[in-house]
Amino acid sequence: MLRIEGLAKRYRTGDLALDGVDLEVPAGQVMGLIGPSGAGKSTLIRCINRLVEPTAGRIFLKGQEVTGLGRAALRQVRRRMGMIFQEFALVERLTVMENVLSGRLGYVGFWRSFARRYPPADVAKAFATLDRVGLMEHVDKRADALSGGQRQRVGIARALVQDPDMLLVDEPTASLDPKTSRQIMRLICELCAERNLAAIVNLHDVNLAQMFVQRIVGLRQGRVVFDGAPSALTPEVLTRIYGEEDWTRSIKREDEDEEAAPAPAHGGEPERERLAGLT
Amino acid sequence: MTAAAVPTRYPARWKRPPFIERAWLRRAIYGGAALYLVLAVGALEINWARLSEGLVRGWRFAAAFAHPDFVSRFADIALGMQESLTMTVTATVVGIAVSVPIGVGAARNLAPLPVYLACRAVIALSRSFQEIIVAILFVAMVGFGPFAGFLTLSFATIGFLAKLLAEDIEDTDPAQAEAIRATGATWAQLVNYGIQPQVMPRLIGLSMYRFDINFRESAVVGIVGAGGIGATLNTALDRYEFDSAAAILILIIAIVMACEYTSSLVRKRIQ
Repeated sequence: MLRIEGLAKRYRTGDLALDGVDLEVPAGQVMGLIGPSGAGKSTLIRCINRLVEPTAGRIFLKGQEVTGLGRAALRQVRRRMGMIFQEFALVERLTVMENVLSGRLGYVGFWRSFARRYPPADVAKAFATLDRVGLMEHVDKRADALSGGQRQRVGIARALVQDPDMLLVDEPTASLDPKTSRQIMRLICELCAERNLAAIVNLHDVNLAQMFVQRIVGLRQGRVVFDGAPSALTPEVLTRIYGEEDWTRSIKREDEDEEAAPAPAHGGEPERERLAGLT
Repeated sequence: MTAAAVPTRYPARWKRPPFIERAWLRRAIYGGAALYLVLAVGALEINWARLSEGLVRGWRFAAAFAHPDFVSRFADIALGMQESLTMTVTATVVGIAVSVPIGVGAARNLAPLPVYLACRAVIALSRSFQEIIVAILFVAMVGFGPFAGFLTLSFATIGFLAKLLAEDIEDTDPAQAEAIRATGATWAQLVNYGIQPQVMPRLIGLSMYRFDINFRESAVVGIVGAGGIGATLNTALDRYEFDSAAAILILIIAIVMACEYTSSLVRKRIQ
């Protein structure tokens, strides 16, 4: 689905944020990206949809090269990459519905979007997605009237109505409490499974990453220093990623796995139950 | 481990570091400022005879407020007010219509450098001249009357509104705009979805405030011949008709207060 070759980014300040990153993410895989602050996690994600312009290297989405595209073509590719943000990045003064419909901006013309007269199919899709993330009764509320968990659900819905091939997720739980963090991560993983989306999820919480993702990539100073299964995260590996520290207590033991494994999507009743705490 | 043991090792006195660290520089600046103030006051030539004469006239003027005369110059006052209000409304509307694109162009986070520089230049030009000077120029160009006033106020509105709008746009939360860009939105859609909701309340508030200012300024530019209530006021003062002048001033105060009240009401509602 996504292939990255020799990706490098040097900021104008001279900081080398990414230093030759090679990665491949197949469809349906949720990849967790961990690493210390300043390791280049956010830069990597933003290089993929070119919110940050890479200095070198190539990026392919479904075989199409993203790097080097012109502005119009780049906009078309961005539609296929849904992005979910730290601190949600919703337009605070717009309604929940407008925020979700903004995910369709790449598909509709300016005047339609200006007048908020989206095609009926888009509106139906937005309602369906809001229902899926459990926000049906908040459609007309302003985004700044929602709680943190609800806002991130709006952010997820906005990314999903784009009909993306993959999700770029930047610290989705950074401003959420532990319970809501888990619910949001679970929702993201379920949705990726349902729709066979590839996803790169930046996480600063190693435990959360181990709980939910199928593959973990460790970044340090712009280089990939680990790429493997969550179970392969040993104290030695964490030291390689983050540096010297007593890691023994943060390694998850196998018997704790029960509750945490990414639940395959079944929809329906159990779903409701898990959402109950949020609405 | 007694409390008395502590002061022997740590200083018990602490003073906030002075704003200007070097003592000689600090004394020189403060001393120089004081000296200048004394000399400047000494240089004012106060003519006490003229001042007492003026006080008498000033008292007559103030006394006129007790019996303002709305009636004898009613036709002039009505015409002047009508001109002023027309001037204010049209100049505010046109001013806003022109300042929004210039304000967007003058925001560094939305406009490319050449556009940015051009728009900033327009704003700087508009802001560098006081209304009266602009009014004198326009009166010289298009003749006496409210059209010159309309042009003046529109021009002044651009400098004011475009600058504040541009600064507000530059202060918007970049994350919200980034999220809209990430959806594949065009530049126009980015402005409409990512920027406009963030700046709209302030833009409306500023526009209301500018309406206030334009009305007050319409009285001032009239004095240099650009029409409106200012012209009527000037005529009344020239004829020493202080009671008519008082009536005009009372009307101006009433309208400004009404504008102020409405605009604060509106600003509260839109937040």
